[in-house]
Amino acid sequence: MLKRLDWGKIVVYTSLTLFALIYLMPIYMTLITALKHPVNISLATAWQPPRDINWGSFAEAYGKLGPNFMNSLYLAVSATVISAILGSLNGYVFSKWKFPGNEIVFTLVLFGMFIPYQIILIPLFRVLRQLNLYGGIPGLALAHIVYGIPITSLIFRNFYARIPDSMIESAQMDGAGFFGIYRRIVLPLSVPGFVVVVIWQFTQIWNEFLWGITLTRHSANPITVGLAQLAGGQAVSWNLPMAGSLLAAFPVLIIYILMGRYFIRGLLAGSVKG
Amino acid sequence: MKFQGDRTVALLILLPSLILVGVFVYGFIGQTVYVSLTDWGQGAALAENPEMNLIGLKNYGELFSGFLNSRFRQDLVNAVFYTVFLVSGALGIGLILAILLDRGPKGESVFRTIFLYPMSLSFIVTGTIWRWLLAPRGGINKLPEMVGLPGIGFRWLNSRQSVLNFNWQDLPQITAIVVAVIFFYIVFQQWTKGRKKKGLLSLIPAGALLLWAFWGAKFTPEILPVPESHGFNLATIGVIITAIWQYSGYTMALYLAGLRGISEDLREAARLDGANQFQYYLNVAIPILKPMTMSAIIILAHISLKMFALIFAMTGPDNAQTSHPAVLMYLTTFRANNFAKGAAIAVVLFAMVAVFIVPYLISAYRERRA
Repeated sequence: MLKRLDWGKIVVYTSLTLFALIYLMPIYMTLITALKHPVNISLATAWQPPRDINWGSFAEAYGKLGPNFMNSLYLAVSATVISAILGSLNGYVFSKWKFPGNEIVFTLVLFGMFIPYQIILIPLFRVLRQLNLYGGIPGLALAHIVYGIPITSLIFRNFYARIPDSMIESAQMDGAGFFGIYRRIVLPLSVPGFVVVVIWQFTQIWNEFLWGITLTRHSANPITVGLAQLAGGQAVSWNLPMAGSLLAAFPVLIIYILMGRYFIRGLLAGSVKG
Repeated sequence: MKFQGDRTVALLILLPSLILVGVFVYGFIGQTVYVSLTDWGQGAALAENPEMNLIGLKNYGELFSGFLNSRFRQDLVNAVFYTVFLVSGALGIGLILAILLDRGPKGESVFRTIFLYPMSLSFIVTGTIWRWLLAPRGGINKLPEMVGLPGIGFRWLNSRQSVLNFNWQDLPQITAIVVAVIFFYIVFQQWTKGRKKKGLLSLIPAGALLLWAFWGAKFTPEILPVPESHGFNLATIGVIITAIWQYSGYTMALYLAGLRGISEDLREAARLDGANQFQYYLNVAIPILKPMTMSAIIILAHISLKMFALIFAMTGPDNAQTSHPAVLMYLTTFRANNFAKGAAIAVVLFAMVAVFIVPYLISAYRERRA
């Protein structure tokens, strides 16, 4: 009996370790390639760690991608803040101020998060041009805020559904109105909801590419577009794209490692029926 | 009503968002459909008021049966294969990982973090990294050499081989046969439920479709003037592996949440019934995970049907072997300025995604109402 149990454990831990190695292999390869001198990079020795470490690629990659990095930072921070506030208010109305047709309107809003964005790209391009917002960061931020409404409203709505209605009602009895209840009861309980939404929106906006490449001019290109251009040429030496990849991954990886729990909640929110 | 005023405030707060979604989602979809029915893209396409004439379904006709648009048809076939393989691969690996982690082995949270971190990365980052890993004479292909085996010589991202080829001209017949098989399945189901008459009724369309596919099709005009071969391009395998690497952590998280939701009582009952671990997962757990599987299929299908950034980063937009309608839509619209045809491609993509999303949203809506 004891022996059989051990075999089961051996199988579980061996498979988990093997899978973990497969999942970590790309990051290992990225790191060692980024730390090599360009002359030492060859296909034959690709897996070997660098003989002498060269940090220069990171500086060089930042020299090229620095402006893109800052663009993405401005974009992601501003759009995330506005998205979160909007989502919180919408979620509050959808969960605590139900109106006739509440559910059907909510479903129609949710549809917006599942469309392939190619279907709205041409009118979006046109409207941003007409509003003189095409090409810059504000236009891109507007797109992220508008198309972020469904997911942020969904997360907050599900989050607020757990606040008991009796709390809202007793506050009403005490004479609190729409904003009073929001400020005194809902907002203080919202911190975890805000964390989930902020992490989710920041990651999504930071990683987005399609709008970045179609709706911004060169000077306003976000980091993903900068990286695609840096890595796109045929004759590149690979230390630079690898260092650039780490640079582009850095903020989201840090958030994920420090606050993975909340990241997973955002991830599951999009797929567990509201 | 005492709180009528507050209700009005609540609606006023919601209104701007509803208007924005109404215009930017529904209005824009309508406009793209309209653009797809025009000829926008002839001449000065980028002028302030571009010339646009309604031309009906001509763009769609060209995409599906125009001589010059064979790339679109291959892209469509690619999109189907991307979806099938990404969905099945991520579901299978995600389930295995979730089961391995289900009993809470030591270091569970470390493993979970490792399996899920690719999800936080941009497709451009993963694409760039995997392009290097899949280099023909390096990376993955060199791994077997470390243990003394011969290396792999496969050209992951620029193989020109293609399997499962079919002639596009046969597509109507193939579709007819598939639909007929679905009708036969309905007949079978009705029959086993004892509704024999209702079942037999479905034999009529099934028979008609088969009759047309095997005999009548000879008399209907071909959709293409010349035979055109499409199939599963082996160059897409590299992209598929990368996408599975990125998304199997997601299905793992979904399945793990489901497995953890199974009550200890049920697990205990299965054990007392003499079920071993394997039987427990096969007969008890996996059926309970069905809603998670449905959610995952919908989310993953939706992701792979609009896959753009990953392909862009791995092979560039101009590689026809690995291309996807989402990539072609970008090229057609923003490189060739052929907005009308770009819109038509977008509408086809949208229709394919809607097949998955609309039933999902309707069932979620019904559940919330219940």
